[in-house]
Amino acid sequence: MRIRALSIRIIRQFLRDKRTLALLFLAPLLILSLMKLVFDGQSVSPAIGMVDIPAVFTEKFEHLNAAITVYESPDSAHAALQAGELDAILQLSGGKPELMLEGSDPSINRAVLLLLQTAMQTGSGSAAPAITYLHGGPDMAAFDSFGPVLIGFFSFFFVFLLAGVSFLRERTSGTLERLLATPIKRYEIVIGYLAGFGIFTLLQASLIAWFSVDVLGLYMAGSIGYMLLINLLLSLTALTLGTLLSSFASSEFQIIQFIPLVIVPQAFFSGLFNLDAMNPWLQKLSSIMPLYYGADAMQGIMIRGESWGDFQIDVYVLIGFSLLFALLNVLALKKHRSM
Amino acid sequence: MEKTHPYSSAEAIAVELQGIVRMFGGRTVIDGISLTIPRGELFGLLGPSGSGKTTLIKLMTGIDRPDAGSVSMLGEPMPQLKMLQVFGYMAQSDALYNELTGKQNLEFFGALFGLTGQLLKNRIHAAASLVDLTDHLNKQTAAYSGGMKRRLSLAIALLHEPRLLVLDEPTVGIDPVLRQSIWKELSALSRQGITIIVTTHVMDEAEKCDRLGLIRDGKLIAADTPEAIMQKAGCSTIEEAFIALGSGGGGEK
Ligand SMILES: Nc1ncnc2c1ncn2[C@@H]1O[C@H](COP(=O)(O)OP(=O)(O)OP(=O)(O)O)[C@@H](O)[C@H]1O
Ligand SMILES: [Mg+2]
Repeated sequence: MRIRALSIRIIRQFLRDKRTLALLFLAPLLILSLMKLVFDGQSVSPAIGMVDIPAVFTEKFEHLNAAITVYESPDSAHAALQAGELDAILQLSGGKPELMLEGSDPSINRAVLLLLQTAMQTGSGSAAPAITYLHGGPDMAAFDSFGPVLIGFFSFFFVFLLAGVSFLRERTSGTLERLLATPIKRYEIVIGYLAGFGIFTLLQASLIAWFSVDVLGLYMAGSIGYMLLINLLLSLTALTLGTLLSSFASSEFQIIQFIPLVIVPQAFFSGLFNLDAMNPWLQKLSSIMPLYYGADAMQGIMIRGESWGDFQIDVYVLIGFSLLFALLNVLALKKHRSM
Repeated sequence: MEKTHPYSSAEAIAVELQGIVRMFGGRTVIDGISLTIPRGELFGLLGPSGSGKTTLIKLMTGIDRPDAGSVSMLGEPMPQLKMLQVFGYMAQSDALYNELTGKQNLEFFGALFGLTGQLLKNRIHAAASLVDLTDHLNKQTAAYSGGMKRRLSLAIALLHEPRLLVLDEPTVGIDPVLRQSIWKELSALSRQGITIIVTTHVMDEAEKCDRLGLIRDGKLIAADTPEAIMQKAGCSTIEEAFIALGSGGGGEK
């Protein structure tokens, strides 16, 4: 009863605040679209330098929309690659084809490799080329790879911010003290907040999932239902963490200060960047970061089409985080009322 | 709780404070106050700004805990969750949800006190008409004037028909006419047997109380009927009596 009253109140407040609603629902879509535009430029025509390659082969590449430059010596081609004029060099050395990629932009790497693959399929089979990289390596991936992480990240980020600020306002405006002078129980406050916000969170998660799969056309191998579930769980974790941390802030500005402390490190550890090169001890830090589990499950579902058995651990961990933060919330409220 | 009162006498006491001390960061804000307020009394707390009225009221209601001493309400030791259902509270600062309308604020707090359906509707209607807000109930609270917000806070405190009302400066920012009608209503509630504890700065309001507690610098310097206080101080107004009794440090108001 009291829980329902509290969540209805939150919903009513939210519906009054159009700007915040827009932030919650439209900002993630806007940023995802921008990211897609930046990282997934569709019609890149890679610049490839050719050294000692038969003319038939060169023509094939030109048909496939590559910008071909023929070099007389491997050295001059290499210099051009170093200078960033080329994306790759294809050369024959000792009768065998060799491909050297510039390597710093994963989406271009893929484009070149795809091009090469196509050229080899349509042509008479010369031996598969040996592939080397000037920078980076074959493990780098582009938007399809970190898109799922970004989806999780933005759900987390915006819900964290809104929940933190809302709960803080409840405290600084004196309404929390007023609320605690009514017979409402502390856990009822926490659950009421979860329920009230949860509805918007569910809507946000659905909107983001639909937008990224159907509008942005993100690679989607698994079930959209699973994706929604993970997104929702991530948002719940953000919700409980945001309200918990708002107990330690005394102004909206101090909530913003939690972003570099709590949000940004999670982004680093959630799979946006490759952690393999990192000190193994530091890598272990990711195990305390909710976003790491959310991103892992999200990538599994969207890229590898994983089924329940493959990512259920992530689900349990996220539920665990939410429960833990909710419980700590109930305890943190003790600071304001001991009963 | 050293003495076991017979049930009836414990029930006859609305609020009892014994040796209350409250400190904030090493500073003693409430300094050993003992006070008994019988049921049905209209009790006024009078004191300059910063003297500790709000702090004392929060200790009575169990919103805050004393560092020493004990508080009991209607014979129950405080703080206690179930007692929060018993009293109606109006904080000094209006704690309202500005995004919501007056009615939605009332609905929310009413539901927290367990009011539902037709009963809730009736109570909202009754409380709103008491504070003369019926015409403004569908307005967003952010658009209320200061006095309207005070009145809405008062309506919230009255909503669940509490046996005990604790009001922290209920009439600040309310015009004289409405102030008088609110005090008339408080007197009427008091006659029905409802205990009312009210803080105030206004001397003519103080004279309307059954009994007055004078606070200065966290100490209770007198607790008696207005007449007795004036007599004891040998003054003809509460204002003079207050100055005479509290000779020494003063507040800004
Ligand atoms: N949470 C707190 N932390 C530190 N000091 C506090 C706190 N609450 C109150 N005080 C101090 O306690 C003293 C009494 O405050 P209180 O609010 O009880 O005064 P008051 O009599 O209600 O004043 P007013 O008439 O202005 O409302 C003040 O000096 C105030 O600074
Ligand atoms: Mg006060």
